[in-house]
Amino acid sequence: MNSLLHSSTVLRLRVPPSFDAWRELARVALKQSIGPDQIDFEDNTVAAVGDLFEAAQDHTRSLLDVPRESTFAPHVPRSFLDRALLAGYHRDSARWNLLYRLLWRLQTDRNLLRVEVDQDVGALLRLVQQVKRDEHKMHAFVRFRRIEDERGEQFVSWYEPAHRILPLAAPFFAERFATMRWSILTPDGTVFWEPDTPGLQFGPALDRSHAPSEDELETLWKSYYGSIFNPARLNPSVMRSHMPVKYWGNLPEVELLPSLLQRAESRVATMVSKQSAKPTAAPYVPEVHSLPILAQALPSCRGCDLYEHATQVVPGRGPITAEVVLVGEQPGDQEDRRGEPFVGPAGGVLRKAMAEVGIAAESVYMTNAVKHFKFVQRGKLRLHQNPRQSEIMACRPWLLAELDALKPKLVVCLGASASRSLLGGTFALMRDRGKLLETSFAKHVMATIHPSAVLRGRDEESREALYRTLRDDLLVAHKFIRAA
Amino acid sequence: MVSLTVQQKLEILADAAKYDASCASSGAKRAGNGKGIGHSDGNGICHSYTPDGRCISLLKLLLTNYCTYDCVFCVNRVSSDIRRARFTPEEIVSLTLDFYKRNYIEGLFLSSGIIQSPDYTMEQLVQVAKTLRTVHYFGGYIHIKAIPGCAERLLEEAGTYADRLSANIELPTQADLVQLAPEKKSHVIEGTMGHIHDHKAGLDEERSRFRSTPKFAPAGQSTQMVIGATPSTDRQIIQRANHLYTSYKLRRVYYTGFSPYPEADTRLPLQASPMVREHRLYQADWLMRYYGFAADEITTEDKPELDLSIDPKLAWARRHPEFFPVDINAAAREALLRVPGIGYGSVDRILRIRKYHKLSIEDLRKLHVRLKDAEHYIIAADHLPIHEVTIFDVAQKAIESEVRAAASESISKVEAALPAMQMQLFTQAANSAVSGVL
Repeated sequence: MNSLLHSSTVLRLRVPPSFDAWRELARVALKQSIGPDQIDFEDNTVAAVGDLFEAAQDHTRSLLDVPRESTFAPHVPRSFLDRALLAGYHRDSARWNLLYRLLWRLQTDRNLLRVEVDQDVGALLRLVQQVKRDEHKMHAFVRFRRIEDERGEQFVSWYEPAHRILPLAAPFFAERFATMRWSILTPDGTVFWEPDTPGLQFGPALDRSHAPSEDELETLWKSYYGSIFNPARLNPSVMRSHMPVKYWGNLPEVELLPSLLQRAESRVATMVSKQSAKPTAAPYVPEVHSLPILAQALPSCRGCDLYEHATQVVPGRGPITAEVVLVGEQPGDQEDRRGEPFVGPAGGVLRKAMAEVGIAAESVYMTNAVKHFKFVQRGKLRLHQNPRQSEIMACRPWLLAELDALKPKLVVCLGASASRSLLGGTFALMRDRGKLLETSFAKHVMATIHPSAVLRGRDEESREALYRTLRDDLLVAHKFIRAA
Repeated sequence: MVSLTVQQKLEILADAAKYDASCASSGAKRAGNGKGIGHSDGNGICHSYTPDGRCISLLKLLLTNYCTYDCVFCVNRVSSDIRRARFTPEEIVSLTLDFYKRNYIEGLFLSSGIIQSPDYTMEQLVQVAKTLRTVHYFGGYIHIKAIPGCAERLLEEAGTYADRLSANIELPTQADLVQLAPEKKSHVIEGTMGHIHDHKAGLDEERSRFRSTPKFAPAGQSTQMVIGATPSTDRQIIQRANHLYTSYKLRRVYYTGFSPYPEADTRLPLQASPMVREHRLYQADWLMRYYGFAADEITTEDKPELDLSIDPKLAWARRHPEFFPVDINAAAREALLRVPGIGYGSVDRILRIRKYHKLSIEDLRKLHVRLKDAEHYIIAADHLPIHEVTIFDVAQKAIESEVRAAASESISKVEAALPAMQMQLFTQAANSAVSGVL
């Protein structure tokens, strides 16, 4: 029996932040049966409490100097050791005393660690969990910045972990970035990795001024961060719970947060108003679908913006008894000036083809998917521009009203725009042209190329081929009507 | 056309990818290979969080948002007036490597609009993964979208480079697809899932005999469905998910509440589907996968929608008073899993602790059991659910005032459902609890 055991004063030990140091002290203390209330493992990184004279006292030497005659083998299960090692990384200054108390109690209660509801066990598990979480967060939130020196590229990070976990967290980076030269600087120490040198190298702490202050790739990273989230589903409190503010200092993307949060609401409002305010002619189309009434209402249409630049709206033309309706794309330059469909060069091609297959031009009704001319001004020229899908869809109610008034036996879509209006955005014109299709608004619909495509052919040969295509499809239409 | 910078493409194609909910990077272990960067320890890592509370784990991009399909619910459909862009495979490879080296991401999640044909599109995606793996020896996580209807050889090649493949089921029923996604067909999507499943099962089998057999999509396959864009009920959605889990061994089904997006079709709702519905569906999903509930139990034919105000397990418990109370210190694992307010983590802890220590209400509180819900359904060392027992008895025409008698009666009912081994323990515990409380 040595004298320490009987002293009435509590043994005070100053423990450095190292699990091995504590383990050495705890082993000796346990062998001498010093109870947890007779010993105090103080964290030496924390200023000692108590009066100056007492605080200066450290009984470490006197504990270790005691001759070790005891043969007592302490019970230290693996399950305790693994957890104690992790808890040792925690900054809580009371951890060493907690670990010793548990170790002491384990000697008589071997299943203690299984009782998670025990106060000490619960405290240990909490420390372990917080250290693990901090390790996980370090793996997530370290941000490397690239620099170049005489030996090539190097990646450097400044990081402030909540606990002293650098040795715990570093091997992860060694495996992941094995082929890169990198270093992580923290307030507790530094770790380096050289691809060709085995093992991690640890060094003393360096402050953040030793780490680079920027990396040009961060611009791209921030672009990504700002684009990948859904402004319609803001949930900043969940974000903060997963990414606590204490980690924000070293995350470049966090700079964007205020403006992203601020703009989110207006972005959603814009999307919704755009969707509900999609251009459509529907409000301008009269309820009674008769050709004269429709023609009267057409000039007042403001369903999309095309009316602003066109000379006039171009209604369809043809007899009410027409069995065939031909739908083009939109009025061209001449149609726009004269207010009639198919009176320009493309109209000429169409009339020629119709005459050749035996369709009387005055027996069919001709109209367009879009009723205003869309163009860009180039000097004196007005160059045709394809209507956008939104413009085609905006004008569709007029076309459907015309078809409703006419109830034709056959609708022929001329070109891609008319097909997209009536047969959907994915209709493949060159694959499915010339085929008779059934739709909800007309018993039979077919599509062929637009006569202007003939005019745009590369050379005489292809113009000839395109013309034949148009004429043959019209012949199919004509035969169908004759048979019907 | 003016060509776009990588930054502009990134903005367009990340923005277009954000409606895909999946960002998981877990489930595949990949050791560092010594030749290139990257490894995965099997646990996903979230490298950042965005203001919608979602995690950024992967660089989630579309190869292109050009698309020949016209799915009404999709922002990238052909008839949508949005800015279009297309990455080259090389651009995606460098972005992935540059981001990975700075520890921004765990890897790449690559999807695409359908360009030219399903095969052509899939070839492009495979090309990116192949370059990352075979030219740069990239060891990070790769998730590739399987384009439904693409050639089987492409799926097989994709799976040798990717950790996870996913073919999106898009909408809960075939009828929904007809309405909103005319080019997509359930049987084609399921055909793709089926081929991934069969091929993976074959290779996994082979690897159990020959260790050199290469891994195929080690993190399995997942899928996503948009909810709230069509009137399908929660019951239909849950049954659909169950079918996918059982038929194709999917790791996850992701539910994305419909939310408005630019240039949306007027046929769609203007408002986001309530986030809580998505949450309840995920809870229901967990009940199927981890809590031993069958798909049919979670809702009923009469009430096919989940109750948005309470979680589905509590709703089930209220419909099944005959199952309770459950004795925390004696009941089987399967019974504990059905108690509202107790998660499967807590169940494991309870099972561990109770061998050495009879659990009291205070102990359960320490384990973070949600007692507000649980207390009505459990027997603990110092607790009986008196209030609820009385109510059950009214329903079951038992005695009104004698709480003790009521308790022992309900105990005998539960006994029948418990393994014989535990009966005695259970009765003892309950009796001592009765005398303790009263």
